[in-house]
Amino acid sequence: MTGVQGFLDQLGARKQLDAEPSWIAARRQAGAARFEAVGFPNRKNEEWKYTDVSAIAKQQFALTDNADFDRAQLDAMMLEIDAYRMVFVDGVFSAELSSLDGLEGDVSVEPLSQALASNHEAVGGALGRLNNVDFSAFSALNAAFTAEGAIVRIGRRVALDKPVYLLFVSRKQDAPIMTHPRVIIEAGSQSEATIIEHYIGEEGAANLTNVVSELFVEKAAHLVHYKLQEASTQEFHIASVHIEQARDSHYRSFNLNLGGSIARNDLVAELNDENAVCDYYGLFFGRGRQHMDNHTKVHHNAPRTYSNENYKGILDDRARGVFNGLVHIKRDAQQVRGYQNNANLLLSDRAEIDTKPELLIYADDVLCSHGTTTGQLDERAVFAMRARGLDEAMARGLLTLAFAGEVLDSVNEPNIALRVERAVAGKLPDRFNLQDLVEAQDA
Amino acid sequence: MLEIKDLHASIDGTEILKGINLTINPGEVHAIMGPNGAGKSTLSAVLAGNEGYEVTQGTITFEGEDLLEMAVEDRARAGLLMGFQYPVEIPGVKNVYLLKAALNAQREARGEGEIPAPEFMKLVREKLAYMKMDNSFLQRAVNEGFSGGEKKRNEILQMLVLQPKLALLDEIDSGLDIDAMKVVSQGVNSLRSEDRSILMVTHYQRLLNHIEPDVVHILMDGRVVKSGDKTLATEVEDRGYDWLTEGSVA
Repeated sequence: MTGVQGFLDQLGARKQLDAEPSWIAARRQAGAARFEAVGFPNRKNEEWKYTDVSAIAKQQFALTDNADFDRAQLDAMMLEIDAYRMVFVDGVFSAELSSLDGLEGDVSVEPLSQALASNHEAVGGALGRLNNVDFSAFSALNAAFTAEGAIVRIGRRVALDKPVYLLFVSRKQDAPIMTHPRVIIEAGSQSEATIIEHYIGEEGAANLTNVVSELFVEKAAHLVHYKLQEASTQEFHIASVHIEQARDSHYRSFNLNLGGSIARNDLVAELNDENAVCDYYGLFFGRGRQHMDNHTKVHHNAPRTYSNENYKGILDDRARGVFNGLVHIKRDAQQVRGYQNNANLLLSDRAEIDTKPELLIYADDVLCSHGTTTGQLDERAVFAMRARGLDEAMARGLLTLAFAGEVLDSVNEPNIALRVERAVAGKLPDRFNLQDLVEAQDA
Repeated sequence: MLEIKDLHASIDGTEILKGINLTINPGEVHAIMGPNGAGKSTLSAVLAGNEGYEVTQGTITFEGEDLLEMAVEDRARAGLLMGFQYPVEIPGVKNVYLLKAALNAQREARGEGEIPAPEFMKLVREKLAYMKMDNSFLQRAVNEGFSGGEKKRNEILQMLVLQPKLALLDEIDSGLDIDAMKVVSQGVNSLRSEDRSILMVTHYQRLLNHIEPDVVHILMDGRVVKSGDKTLATEVEDRGYDWLTEGSVA
């Protein structure tokens, strides 16, 4: 059975959590009821106008309860990065593949199931606070199937020495699997941390990953959040990321999308007190028939809050992209600054982008701007580079990369930058060795 | 080095080059002059491999190879480099990176490995100093926001690093003030050697005071109507072009 009922039927087959707390059970029921009531979004729904999810609705997805994965294969796929690592295989936590050695002090990084088992009340405040079941059908579905995920709690004034690396692996299976991870990040006041969410998959994996992330950035905390999505080109990837920011906090998001058959990201930031700063950087690169949709929202709920957004889309072949960015300034939220930019590069005549910037301003003393551009590579520049001996693929690769530059140059994790660079431009001569030399000389 | 035989080329069906013959031997510096519309830029474009020009007749041989069969990048790797009249801005691609990628492409074509970064930097710094260019040029995007003179100097810098066998300079003097002209021509002159050739295309004789040619060709209406030594350039400067066609077979 497929469609809404097919999904709901899986609820019965779901393995029960040990001693499931009643509030989780209630959320589960609420999610299922909501999902049953609204069903999958169709294109009459404004939020889903350009993204057709009927391929998801038609598919039957099973659940899995094992996390078997070859260590060597994982090593070859994951980022080479010194980090506190939690690995989830088709949504199931693998202690064996994870590495949290050396984690000490007022920090906890644990699978959600473990956090619920040890003290479910401590999870109850955060889970679902920013993402309600009625945010979207997929959020409702996530609530209905909540079982596993990651919860990271960073104590007051803690500056994490290494990033927290949350790795989600999707396996190629005979029958497709669905997972509904929940990620909760609590960055305590004045803390500093980098979180890396990374989605990868075996070639041909055609699963549904439906993740909801809730991030709490407390007073004067600094949180850098990478979401690198490199799933197989047959994977369905749906993500809702919700951020709540307190006074003087700084949140920086890098939403980097390279994989997926359908990839949809919703980002919603609530800037709730003065001097909260939110930076949204995004990059999506689609090929073949990939469909990439980013919906971002920033709610300036308080005066003197600041947001800055830069999304770059690169689309080749018959890929399709959607960008919808909303900057919302609440009544009386004066002296707010909100900037938004979306630039798109179409590498083929058949690629398509639908872009819609939106400003909703209910205060009068604000500085806001938004801009969107769509263009092609400069053929004169391609020629000029070939005339210096670079082959055409490299010339195009470099120019494409240059287009992504404004976003990519802000990525402070070289391994992440390199992944994106390789995907976008192929293997290029090392640029970092030159950077060092030039800088040394200028010093 | 370069042999052009009976070259005919058209753009959008209009014939611009009507049978050009030209031979450049190793070590020689040639200049092509001619009035507007003579076909100077078309000749440069055909040599550089610019699409949009159709060669309808004739041959171009570079170092024994059929140049017209070679892709743009293969021409550069084989040692034919074009200094453009209007160098293109390439936002987001740093000079240092383009230089290194270009040099490595050339080395790879010769079966050599990548140049080690420190060795490369030593080479580039030396050439930068020679062109009186600041080190900061390296970190700037190719030609982005450069003045006219800076762009031309950058073209020559690329030549100095890449050491072509045949340097094609298309109106390299246009838009240069006298100081920049000196630096640019000094750079070009430093390229002169027994086994390297230079072909300049120019409107003005002035450039030839700085870079002395061995041979000057006058191009008019798609043909070379006269060739001679450097005094031909002075003569053209004094008398104009009209006397060259008087009585000659059009």
